[in-house]
Amino acid sequence: MPRFLEEEGLYVGVRPSVANRNLNKMENRLLHEPDKGRKWFGEDGRLKALPDPLKKNPSRPFMTDEQEPYLETVFRKAVMREFDYRYIDGAIDGTGRYQLDADINSIVFSHHHLFSREHVLATRLTDLYQDYLARKKKNMTEFLIEKVHILPIITLCCQKFLFKLHCFCRHTRTVKDKEEEMDRQLLKNIIHTWKELKSIREFQNYNNTPIKLQVIKEETSKKEDQLHWKQEIEEEVGELQEDFEENYRKELERYKEDLDRYEKQQAAKAQEKKKKKIKEKEMSAADRELLNEEDLLQPVMPETFDVKLTREKVKAKAMAIRRRPGEPKLFPELSNTATITPTNQCPRGEQQRRDDVSKTKVFVKILFNDKEVSRTPSKPLSQDFRVTFGQIYNLKIVQWPESIKFQIFEARALGNDLLADLYAGIPDPSVTSQSVQLEEMDFSTDLKIDKTNEGVGSGVPFTFDVHGTNTMILMTTGILCSSVAWAVDSDGTPLVPPTTSIAPTNYYNAMKMMDPVAAIGASGVVDLDKLAKWFQESRLDPNDPNNADLVFMLGSKSTNVMQSRDFFRLEQLQQEFDLATDEEMAINRRFRLLTLRDNEIPEFKNYKMAPAYERELPRDLFMEYERKQREEERIKETEDIEAHRAAVNRFMQRVREQVMRRFRLAQHQKRLEDVVIEEVVPNIGIVFTRLLHFGEPRRPLRPIRKERKKVTATAVRGEQVKILLNIIRASSIPIRKSAAGCLLYWHQGRAKSLSKVSKSVGSSFDNQEQILLFQPLVRPYIEVMFQRNTVRTSVGDGPNPSFNEELELPLKVTNDDYSSNNLQSMNDIVYINLFDEMVVDMSHDDREKGTVVHQKLEKKWLGSLEIPFSTIYLNTKIDGTFRVNTPPVLLGYVYEDAMKRSDLESVLTKTEHNTYISMFLTIEPQLITPEPVRERFSTNEDEKLLLHAEKWQQELTNKHPKRLYKPSVIDVNGKSVFVTRYFKPLNIPDDIKDLNLTTEGTAERVAHYVSMIPFVSDTVVFPGLCDIWSTCDQFLRMLAGDEEEHAVLLMNYFLHLGKRAYLLIGSAIPEGPTAYVLTEEGSDFWFWNASTGEHFSYHDSNCPVQVVGCIMNQDNVWGNIQSYEKPVQMDFNIANTSAWRPIFSRSYPSPMLGSIQPEMLQYVATDKKHAEDLQERIEQHLKNKIMDWRSRTLTRWNRHCTKIMRKLLPILEESRGQEISQHHLEELEKQFSAYKVSGFPMNMPFVDLEKLVEAVFSTGVHTQESAEEFALAVYIHAYNNSVLSVWIYVASLTK
Amino acid sequence: MASNSVFLLMVSGQIESAEFPEFDDVYCRYCFTHGQDWLITSGLEEGITQVTKKSQDEKQRFVWNFPIDITFKSTNPSGWPQIVVHAYGPDVFGTDVVRGYGNCHVPITPGRHKLKIPMFVPESSSAFQKLTSWFLGRRPEYIDPRVVAQGEGREVTRVRSQGFLTLSFNVVMKDMKKLGYDILPSDISHAAIVESVGPAPTSSEA
Repeated sequence: MPRFLEEEGLYVGVRPSVANRNLNKMENRLLHEPDKGRKWFGEDGRLKALPDPLKKNPSRPFMTDEQEPYLETVFRKAVMREFDYRYIDGAIDGTGRYQLDADINSIVFSHHHLFSREHVLATRLTDLYQDYLARKKKNMTEFLIEKVHILPIITLCCQKFLFKLHCFCRHTRTVKDKEEEMDRQLLKNIIHTWKELKSIREFQNYNNTPIKLQVIKEETSKKEDQLHWKQEIEEEVGELQEDFEENYRKELERYKEDLDRYEKQQAAKAQEKKKKKIKEKEMSAADRELLNEEDLLQPVMPETFDVKLTREKVKAKAMAIRRRPGEPKLFPELSNTATITPTNQCPRGEQQRRDDVSKTKVFVKILFNDKEVSRTPSKPLSQDFRVTFGQIYNLKIVQWPESIKFQIFEARALGNDLLADLYAGIPDPSVTSQSVQLEEMDFSTDLKIDKTNEGVGSGVPFTFDVHGTNTMILMTTGILCSSVAWAVDSDGTPLVPPTTSIAPTNYYNAMKMMDPVAAIGASGVVDLDKLAKWFQESRLDPNDPNNADLVFMLGSKSTNVMQSRDFFRLEQLQQEFDLATDEEMAINRRFRLLTLRDNEIPEFKNYKMAPAYERELPRDLFMEYERKQREEERIKETEDIEAHRAAVNRFMQRVREQVMRRFRLAQHQKRLEDVVIEEVVPNIGIVFTRLLHFGEPRRPLRPIRKERKKVTATAVRGEQVKILLNIIRASSIPIRKSAAGCLLYWHQGRAKSLSKVSKSVGSSFDNQEQILLFQPLVRPYIEVMFQRNTVRTSVGDGPNPSFNEELELPLKVTNDDYSSNNLQSMNDIVYINLFDEMVVDMSHDDREKGTVVHQKLEKKWLGSLEIPFSTIYLNTKIDGTFRVNTPPVLLGYVYEDAMKRSDLESVLTKTEHNTYISMFLTIEPQLITPEPVRERFSTNEDEKLLLHAEKWQQELTNKHPKRLYKPSVIDVNGKSVFVTRYFKPLNIPDDIKDLNLTTEGTAERVAHYVSMIPFVSDTVVFPGLCDIWSTCDQFLRMLAGDEEEHAVLLMNYFLHLGKRAYLLIGSAIPEGPTAYVLTEEGSDFWFWNASTGEHFSYHDSNCPVQVVGCIMNQDNVWGNIQSYEKPVQMDFNIANTSAWRPIFSRSYPSPMLGSIQPEMLQYVATDKKHAEDLQERIEQHLKNKIMDWRSRTLTRWNRHCTKIMRKLLPILEESRGQEISQHHLEELEKQFSAYKVSGFPMNMPFVDLEKLVEAVFSTGVHTQESAEEFALAVYIHAYNNSVLSVWIYVASLTK
Repeated sequence: MASNSVFLLMVSGQIESAEFPEFDDVYCRYCFTHGQDWLITSGLEEGITQVTKKSQDEKQRFVWNFPIDITFKSTNPSGWPQIVVHAYGPDVFGTDVVRGYGNCHVPITPGRHKLKIPMFVPESSSAFQKLTSWFLGRRPEYIDPRVVAQGEGREVTRVRSQGFLTLSFNVVMKDMKKLGYDILPSDISHAAIVESVGPAPTSSEA
């Protein structure tokens, strides 16, 4: 039975809602379980289910990705503000709080234009009374009276200062008299004014002021007064008498003196007069003077003291200034007790005046630094001309207080009248609002206001009386009760600016906070030395706190700062940051590795994962590098026979280092094109040619090689890189002499039989012919050697075989570094050798002849072709027909065509025997070629010229992208040089000149000389570099260079010989882009390959020059703008402007550039003995090498043969490798008659032994097993300047 | 090599999202560059993300959440790896053009880092070229995107920023301290921090 838990009162949660269908399905499924899924069902018979876990509302707080806006930092730019002297803190928003409190209490007018006459009098009375009160307070008169009384008594006491005391006494008395007089006068005035006031009040019949004066009389006894009076008079008279008597005494004395002098003079004059009478002429000057003297006045007797008169005088004075005896003492007393007549009882005028008064309003403006900061409310004037403000104005200030001004205004119906400007003093910092007291400030104004009704006006005359006498003018005046003080905040701290007075130092203090330069102090700016000097000169007190900064700055660094430093550090703190000293850097191998890598030394340039610790460095890390270094050292040191070579190497090393340094600098300067790909703006020409391509007919019989995908250096890793050779065919291979003889015979026989026209052909003849045909003419095959790996083709047939074979050679690269820099610097050479395969019968045993075939294959070298790897790499593919270098003498072989022709023919026409190979060479996969380095080197050329040249080049290159145009090149200093500067006639070597050959002969000889200078590609000399052109003297010193150097030198020689020569830039096979020399030979043009010494006519279809880009000489550069670029099809008339575009034309004439070539080439005759030494060494070395290679068999040397060959070699040198005459050959063959000789001479420039060994090895002479004896001869012809032509004759001899 | 002391830098993370306000259908490529003393021991050096459309909300964000996981081995912190991200998207004619290049160093401290890098593109060198490049759908591009990770040759280019890209990195390191490199502040035992650089504060009466 199912239970109903809910009904039983148990808590049952809300089950999650599941569709009934699903529930049923599930239940169904569970019921099929073995135990009927009992545990899945609850007691209520339903599937067990937990209550719905989901909450109604999500409890997780909502998270936003956005940052809370109030948490975001806001960038505020730091603002550097000018220091403003006006502000206390230096800026308007300074932090300090400063406050001034201005208390404006009240204004009382002491005159106002609305004063009535009564007011004027009342004011005057009040003033007088104030005076009186003040005087009374001081009580000066009493004091003086006392003093006068007491002084005579003192006089009696001390007789010492009698005279002084007398004086003092008298002085006191006069002062007392004055004071008494003033007192009396004042009293009189008060009473007078009061009387006036009273009369006015009576007159006008109303009271305006509450002033009332009461005079209190104090009765005195007349007797006492008279006694006093008399006594005083007597005293005074007595004093006067004393004075007089003293004076009298003095006067008397003087009188006597004067009298005496007078008498004397009179007497003297009388005497003179007498003298004058006696003899007038003899009168002396003194006498005359005496005579002329003015007569002294006769002195007057001083008067005696008149007591009576004096007493009268004193009495009169006393009467005037003193209270008369018996007169009562008067004490005025002013009070405000009089009642003011109420306004309604006043006459109309007065009523109006009072009205006006109460209408008048007054206010005060407060100006701080001449800016109004606040103003009081305008308050009405009270009837007693008083305004009470009673307000304190708080001024929060940021500026230094300069002035605080109060302006008092009277508000009127229209506009305000400025009554007065009052300047309040800027309070001392000690004056705070707690301690300040109100000050009274008088003010007055010269404002003229006419009187109205009863008012007296201001600045205008008025009278008191009706009858108009006694006019007077009064100005509006008054008193302002105010105070200014510094405020005090709630903490009791005064809000006062930093210092008391506004002295410049304060500015400086404040400025320090604002201005870092000022704060750092002058130390960073001024010369410390000068400062110190000034400090000493000015003798500043070092103990003065004002100088503390300065003393600290100068003193703390002791005296050495005072001395001048004679160096300047760029990075003063560098030492602090150096982790290691220079020595440590040098010793530590890890640091050394890192330094070398940073310097891009080839061995370490791509060194990966430089270890973290020195100890983990591989031991042999620097071996290779150090070995190389040592070698270089050795080169520098050896004083061997190769001394000159060493010098050459040194020079080259230096040039290389210099160029590399410049190049590295240039390489790290990028252009926009190096960084950003940007589509060039399409020009109409490009679009047009593109369209043309679409219309081009398909030519299935002329297949075009497909472009392969280029592979980057990084992708190559791990893959095998191969050199692919497709050898198509060879032509005109020399044939064996043995076969040739038969062939000749056969030909002749054939001719004979033809001439005979015999029908009967002998069987024997036929037989013979068959044998002849059976014996092959030549069985050529081609062997390719690269990095000592050799592959070969199958054997072809006949002198013109067709191979059509594809060969593969692996490419081994140092360090597995396929970067273009590394590949460029590889100087391996692909040797392509042409061999004749000979089948040699081995069996000498006649018995076996019938049954056993015992044969041996032997190869005979016929010629070779050398292609440097760099050429293949840089051109990506080499395709074409190449001429094979064949030895001038090839013993045992003869050319087929030579044989075909009659002997006569061959004598008449000089035939060229050239063997050709057609092939295709490339690297698989195609490696990315280095981007042609854009020549952005510094230059000394004219900017305009280069611009013109660049424009010229740009224009032509756009039209003919395949052609090379080269207006400027790079010299060994890494600077761009205009190309025509390289051309200049240069003297030919002396030894060739001495031969006195014909021009033609000399030309050929010179070409040979040039070709004997070793060829080294620029990419090898300057890895990763473009073409560098060295001048001829540099070239001769380096004794190494590539096509351009050879060509330039040859051309300069030709110019010297008077030929019309040009340098031709273009591309040829197999060199690729290269330089040839073009000479005009009558109607013909010859192309000279300067590095081989050969020349071709332009008619020659086998001419290696494929593309002519431009030609140039010392005057101009002409770009090829013809539609054809192969020499055969071209017009070589450079005057034809439709064919050649010159760089300097009429529009841009030649600037006549000077040459950078030397004036003359210096030639040094090479030491013959030294050459002979070298010759012997080479021979010995080669012999040893061949014996090494043939280590399995014995190698015998035929001396006789060698001797013959030695004789022959100089003759070959004479003929410059051209075929030697038949007669020589015959001679040679006669000598060799005993042997079957196969061998050949080779000619090459001398580079080093290795190269020679390699060349001999590639011929494979040593592999000829059948040879019984060998012969080897070496001859060196030494030309000037150590240019060595090496001849090696190797031959194998068979009996 | 095995005996050599190396430290490991393990980086995982995501190319999370980007903001390119004007474009749509953007995808990214990324690659790591590093110095010569670094080696990738595991993980991909380069990658390409899916194309993503911008979100419909007002944020208009491109979200890829493309995982990055790479481990470096190194002997020398010089040449610390950098990630270079370059985004592409179709222009009005449907040709893919570059939308931005950006790069940043892998963070040098362990932990989780979230970085927002600006994405910029090189500008055409003239107004006319800008027009033609717009027409032809061939905007200027870097020959090698790794250029943005190095300073050399940058002075010749002019660029414009086009958006932002958010990257997150989780960085774990091993043996860095063993080789003597302190990368966490707590590693620095003798902190010689200059207390105040510049002028000493002047006392003022105010």
